Amino acid sequence: MTDLHSVRSLRAEEGPFFGEFGGRFMPESLIAALDELDEAYQLAKLDPEFHRELAELGRTYTGRPSIITEVPRFARHAGGARIILKREDLNHTGSHKVNNVLGQALLAKRIGKHRLIAETGAGQHGVATATAAALFGMECVVYMGEVDTERQALNVARMRLLGAEVIPVTSGTRTLKDALNEAFRDWVANVESTHYLLGTVAGPHPFPAMVRDFVKVIGEEARQQVIDLTGALPDAVTACVGGGSNAIGIFHAFLDDATVGLYGYEAAGDGVDTERHAATITMGRPGVLHGSRSIMLQDEDGQTSDSHSISAGLDYPGVGPEHAWLSSIGRASYRPVTDAAAMEAFRLLCTTEGIIPAIETAHALAGTIELGRELGPDATILVSLSGRGDKDVETAGRWFDVLDEQGNAKI
Amino acid sequence: MTAVTGSPVGSTIAQAKSDRAGALVGYLPVGFPTLDASIDAAVALVENGVDVLELGLPYSDPVMDGPVIQAATVTALANGTRLRDAFTAVERIRARVDAPVLMMTYWNPVLQYGVDRFADDLVSAGGAGLITPDLTVDSGADWLAASDRTGLDRVFLAAPTSTDERLRMAVENSRGFVYTVSTMGITGARGDLDAAARTLAGRLRAQGAESLAVGIGVSTAAQIAEILTYADGAIVGSALVKALSDGGVPAVGRLAAELATGTGR
Repeated sequence: MTDLHSVRSLRAEEGPFFGEFGGRFMPESLIAALDELDEAYQLAKLDPEFHRELAELGRTYTGRPSIITEVPRFARHAGGARIILKREDLNHTGSHKVNNVLGQALLAKRIGKHRLIAETGAGQHGVATATAAALFGMECVVYMGEVDTERQALNVARMRLLGAEVIPVTSGTRTLKDALNEAFRDWVANVESTHYLLGTVAGPHPFPAMVRDFVKVIGEEARQQVIDLTGALPDAVTACVGGGSNAIGIFHAFLDDATVGLYGYEAAGDGVDTERHAATITMGRPGVLHGSRSIMLQDEDGQTSDSHSISAGLDYPGVGPEHAWLSSIGRASYRPVTDAAAMEAFRLLCTTEGIIPAIETAHALAGTIELGRELGPDATILVSLSGRGDKDVETAGRWFDVLDEQGNAKI
Repeated sequence: MTAVTGSPVGSTIAQAKSDRAGALVGYLPVGFPTLDASIDAAVALVENGVDVLELGLPYSDPVMDGPVIQAATVTALANGTRLRDAFTAVERIRARVDAPVLMMTYWNPVLQYGVDRFADDLVSAGGAGLITPDLTVDSGADWLAASDRTGLDRVFLAAPTSTDERLRMAVENSRGFVYTVSTMGITGARGDLDAAARTLAGRLRAQGAESLAVGIGVSTAAQIAEILTYADGAIVGSALVKALSDGGVPAVGRLAAELATGTGR
């Protein structure tokens, strides 16, 4: 554990570096755009009007503040600990992603960009970006790995209904990491007109710090809500981690609360003892991917490894640099959760509380069950319920054998 | 100041500029379609008038590359091409032809191998230096130190969107040449070259660039001839990779000979 009594707040990190992680490893063609974005963001940060506009959108469009829900029936399976969900699933568009998207879209408008591009894995970020583009009257192109367009067909349809063009990415492993590559390629060619609305706390500076700032409202609200409900800080805060945006969003407000344990749950796929997983911090080592130095899954030569997860949104071989840093200084713990454990937790939340979570989120729930048993019945655990599971009904339906291979109901 | 003295690539380009219109820089990825064929193809480039070789190290996430080079590097990696094969390729090419060989590599493979170890092994193999598409001067302290220690060339990129201050930084820290990015986009043949290349070359000269080569989208002898009216070298990549892919080593040799006419050969 780091010295949490040191004067410097862990919340004060603004990039480009978080400890030895972060930075900017990008083609020169994009540096001017990154500088322009950084400058615009630094100005916006100091501008009360920007914050007012963003807060107003949060209140009247997203549905902020999102509520918290205590889940005692679910908690019985988690050692009887007190479990409280932060309901980002109830946001407009169905996940925490909209918070970052609205922030960046407002910024794009300020710097005169009229075209938004985005990468998406599960489609949640793509849907949120398509939504913001419609709201602001901007063009929108979403890059999505071909594999993911198949397993998240419903979100592809949603994006198209919202007026966005969805481009299936057929290069590389045809998943989220390749969608990022393709979005960067588009940005290099169209940087004058286009803002790359990166969907997580990864990528080159200023993205990790900026995206974090747009999602940290999650933890700021939840911290006060938990105190109001229970009279105290929670003992632990949990979230799933792919790139890490919902996790940093809920962790950030608690970074300086030394008594609050922070737990990120990575996708272990078939298990970290197999080659089919996406448990970046658990199994990876430092390297450069998508513009920043962080932890990543890679082979001896520095080639990015293929990742695997039942959850498209966690199927990413990298992770945001701030998480790599929080792990390296011992402030947050990152643990693997298998597909099977996540799906069991998914089922449990459905049947005990009537809430269908996203499969990404189900990883945090599975981790929370374990953690609750570890911490015991006196503990209070705050969980980031980052997204809802409507998009996952087909995957889950097949997993639990309530749908056939064609997606028809089995009765 | 884009030092030419002591730089094998810089002096080759300067020589080509004094003998002819300028230099032709040819790109091929290591291990495509096989390691042996990629070596034969690189040798064929030099035998047919390419002055400087740019050997690409295949990488899983090549964000600056278009579909042709992406597909070739996917094949190279699928064939089991390893990082160490790049050193083998440089060594075997240098044993057969006398042209400087730059390696084009994304940064993570170098980082994983170890920056100093990579530089030392490149020197041992007879390589001239590195082109680093995703490493800029301001993020490259390790590489600046390793290249100064070993005397390797280092080619940084300059883009039409770069500020004058950044152009100066690229000029002052590049050795061999400054990679002048012709257009905003990724690698791949284009019919028309942007006027942006000429403008950027002028801006680089104003910052003191002595040696600059224009790349991205260059695929014909006519484009090369035009580029060499304002630049010292022209870089061709995707067109050569496509020729190699379609017609093998003889075809890539023929294309190189045709492209070399653009340099006044």
